[in-house]
Amino acid sequence: MKNRLELLGITKRYPGCVANQSIRLCVGEGEIHALLGENGAGKSTLMKIIYGVVKADEGEMIWEGHQVEITGPSHARQLGIGMVFQHFSLFETLTVAENIALSLPKEKTGTLDELKRKIVDVSQRYGMKLDPDRYVHTLSIGEQQRVEIVRCLLQDLKLLILDEPTSVLTPQEVSKLFETLQQLSSEGCSILFISHKLDEVRALCHNATILRGGKVSGDCDPQQTTTEEIARLMVGDDTPFDKQFTKVEGSTPSLEINHLSFKSEDPFSTPIRDISFTVRSGEILGIAGVAGNGQEELLRLISGEEQCKNESVVLNGNPIGKLHPDQRRKLGIGVVPEERLGRGAVPNHSLAQNTLLTGFLNGLSQFGWIHYHKVKDLAARIISEFNVKSDGTEAQAKSLSGGNLQKFIIGREILQHPNLLVCSHPTWGVDVGAALVIHEALIRLRDQGGAILVLSEDIEELYKICDRIGAICDGRLSPIQPTDQVSIELLGQWMTGEFHPPGSPVDSQEATYA
Amino acid sequence: MLRLEKRPSDSRLMAYMSPVMAIILTLISGALLFAFLGQSPTHSLYTFFISPLTDLYGWSELGVKVAPLMLCALGLTLCFRAKVWNIGAEGQFIIGGLGGGYLALQMGNIESAWVLPAVILFGALCGLGWAALAALLKTRFNCNEVLTTIMLNYIALNWLLYSVHGPLKDPEGFNFPESALFSDFAMLPPLFEDYRVSVSLAFAMILMVAIWTLLSRTMIGFQISVLGEDAKAAQFAGFRAKRLVWLTLLICGALAGFAGVSEVSGQIGQLTPYISPGYGYSAIIVVFLGRMHPVGILLGSMILGLTFLGGEMVQMELAMPKSITGLFQGMLLFYLLACDLFIGYRIKLKSSAAKVAAAGS
Repeated sequence: MKNRLELLGITKRYPGCVANQSIRLCVGEGEIHALLGENGAGKSTLMKIIYGVVKADEGEMIWEGHQVEITGPSHARQLGIGMVFQHFSLFETLTVAENIALSLPKEKTGTLDELKRKIVDVSQRYGMKLDPDRYVHTLSIGEQQRVEIVRCLLQDLKLLILDEPTSVLTPQEVSKLFETLQQLSSEGCSILFISHKLDEVRALCHNATILRGGKVSGDCDPQQTTTEEIARLMVGDDTPFDKQFTKVEGSTPSLEINHLSFKSEDPFSTPIRDISFTVRSGEILGIAGVAGNGQEELLRLISGEEQCKNESVVLNGNPIGKLHPDQRRKLGIGVVPEERLGRGAVPNHSLAQNTLLTGFLNGLSQFGWIHYHKVKDLAARIISEFNVKSDGTEAQAKSLSGGNLQKFIIGREILQHPNLLVCSHPTWGVDVGAALVIHEALIRLRDQGGAILVLSEDIEELYKICDRIGAICDGRLSPIQPTDQVSIELLGQWMTGEFHPPGSPVDSQEATYA
Repeated sequence: MLRLEKRPSDSRLMAYMSPVMAIILTLISGALLFAFLGQSPTHSLYTFFISPLTDLYGWSELGVKVAPLMLCALGLTLCFRAKVWNIGAEGQFIIGGLGGGYLALQMGNIESAWVLPAVILFGALCGLGWAALAALLKTRFNCNEVLTTIMLNYIALNWLLYSVHGPLKDPEGFNFPESALFSDFAMLPPLFEDYRVSVSLAFAMILMVAIWTLLSRTMIGFQISVLGEDAKAAQFAGFRAKRLVWLTLLICGALAGFAGVSEVSGQIGQLTPYISPGYGYSAIIVVFLGRMHPVGILLGSMILGLTFLGGEMVQMELAMPKSITGLFQGMLLFYLLACDLFIGYRIKLKSSAAKVAAAGS
């Protein structure tokens, strides 16, 4: 197998950190090569260097046997390199064909009709159904990703770079994408696949390069290597990764949501449509779903940032739908929001001040007077008990890495002993070690009798920690059933809105109101 | 080659050095300006910044300027920390002076110790009411407070002009646009005998400590700073943004109104078209120069107060125009904002080593 791309000694420095240090990487023709690493390991920087968005400080890049210096993305595209970013760059008010026409040189596209024919050809050949006349805003996230991929395929593609492509997809969409990628690879196109989901990498990739702290920590054949071994290369210490937690049954109802419907003033929000469920004390209830299907709105309605009919949200028998967040906290709700910096924590405030942000009701202030020594004590306890890496209680929240800030926020909520904890994406973008700390803390709270609701896109995580599971789609909630009775295929159906498979309508009805 | 580079975290040192650098740059530019106008730079700067403070009387005059600046700036500090951009201290000051002055004129014949507290309180309430208009417009109708408070400043000024040219004009004043003189019972006593500085300076000092405590030790101060830094976090924690907007604007209005009534019943003794030389606007510069900290406000007020005094000195001694004060204040704000860039950024020489490596590859 000939080498398509070879990187030698690539180094890129940013103020205060070295993002890439002497990276070597080799991708053969038709090879699907995984690039693995925790957040902040330098994967994205390396991709941007290959695609010409960022210039390396040192090092060589060899493309099909010739040394090249890529001057920018258009140069990269000329060479046959295509990239699909995590966040798509599509105009929502234009059609698929118009979007693609905008990004390709005129001589490649021809007239719009010719282009449409090409789009249909390519999408059929690779099993990615796509209608060139649809407007992008009517497409699902998975379909938008197809537009991005088809856009790359319309040029003579030799290397396709995909930056965490599966994080926004349902399990069914993921397996379809993998089929396409395997077909591409068999035709000789090389693929560089960035991910931190080890199972996917093992299922798809021929080779893997693992980055840690900006350096290559190892290469492996993922099909021959266990998930644990790969994870060890990513993290580099002896954390047990694949800890299994026992499933339990909850006791008395803690949070009851009764026929909750809600439409926010924000035109871009998802309306909540007649949702009912119960979270019991001593259990973790997980709600899966692709982002933007109402999770954010549901969380705000439970936290009190949005208000609704008083009886729609009930905590320990008290209707609380009309209460403000601080009043709900007084009754024992803890909340971990999706945005850590800029909602869960004030970026410019110290960790001590951020402890006060939600802790002010728990003895940290009296008659409006702040007891700063108590604030500092609690902040120091959070830092030590949750292993938050920081420069102490006076460090600014924005100086912490995402994972450490998340440990701090979850610690802040848990140490206030909530009887209901609502978490959005508890380990999104958090490295393996920190994720374990967070999961263990949630399980501990559950075993002490806390009720926990987890909203997450990470299905693996939900299966790991949740006792019961359901999915949200377009503001509607699927049935909720014990996790071990829900197959991943069923959960995938729920995530796409198919709640009532023929044959068992009665069952699911019962489960919804159980 | 020079390059601007983002610092990993904000520089605390630079946050304190920025005002010092701004003052130095203002002095240098001022010296150049004087030289260009054909004056000796050293003598001019001496006249502007040193000679006003060579005797006790000069320090007392500085106190006369510092008190209203501090009162307005303390209120503005609360607003600005909450990112409520109240530009209306000037209008609140004028309405405070106008309201208090109106009551003093109406009570001209009453000889009672209660006249002065009534006048002062009413002046502060008038300032508060003027700020309440902006608060209502912002919280109820979502009007941008920058626009509403600036417009309210002009309404306040024209109301004052109308009053002293019309209904409140002294009938025995030879048709000058001025009110009658207040009675002695409506006048604020001086802090020291033989000096003009009034007890309002003592109030300003007490309020400085009070606001400092409010900001650093109480939940209200904490809520204000959370709202200003991160409105989403304030909502997440359950702090009521609208209440905080009302609170900061009302306190600021009351303090500016108090400053206004103290000015007319402390130094001027009547209503004139010129009760404020722009204290409410200069206080904005004070707040940024003082880094939104009460002690910084005191130092900033002294520097801005000095520009008022120095401007008067160079008018008298060097026959310079009155606008020289505004020029110095403007330069100060300009340099301050420029220097503040370096709190978040630093200048770096583009490393030549990296260039060589890039060229070699």
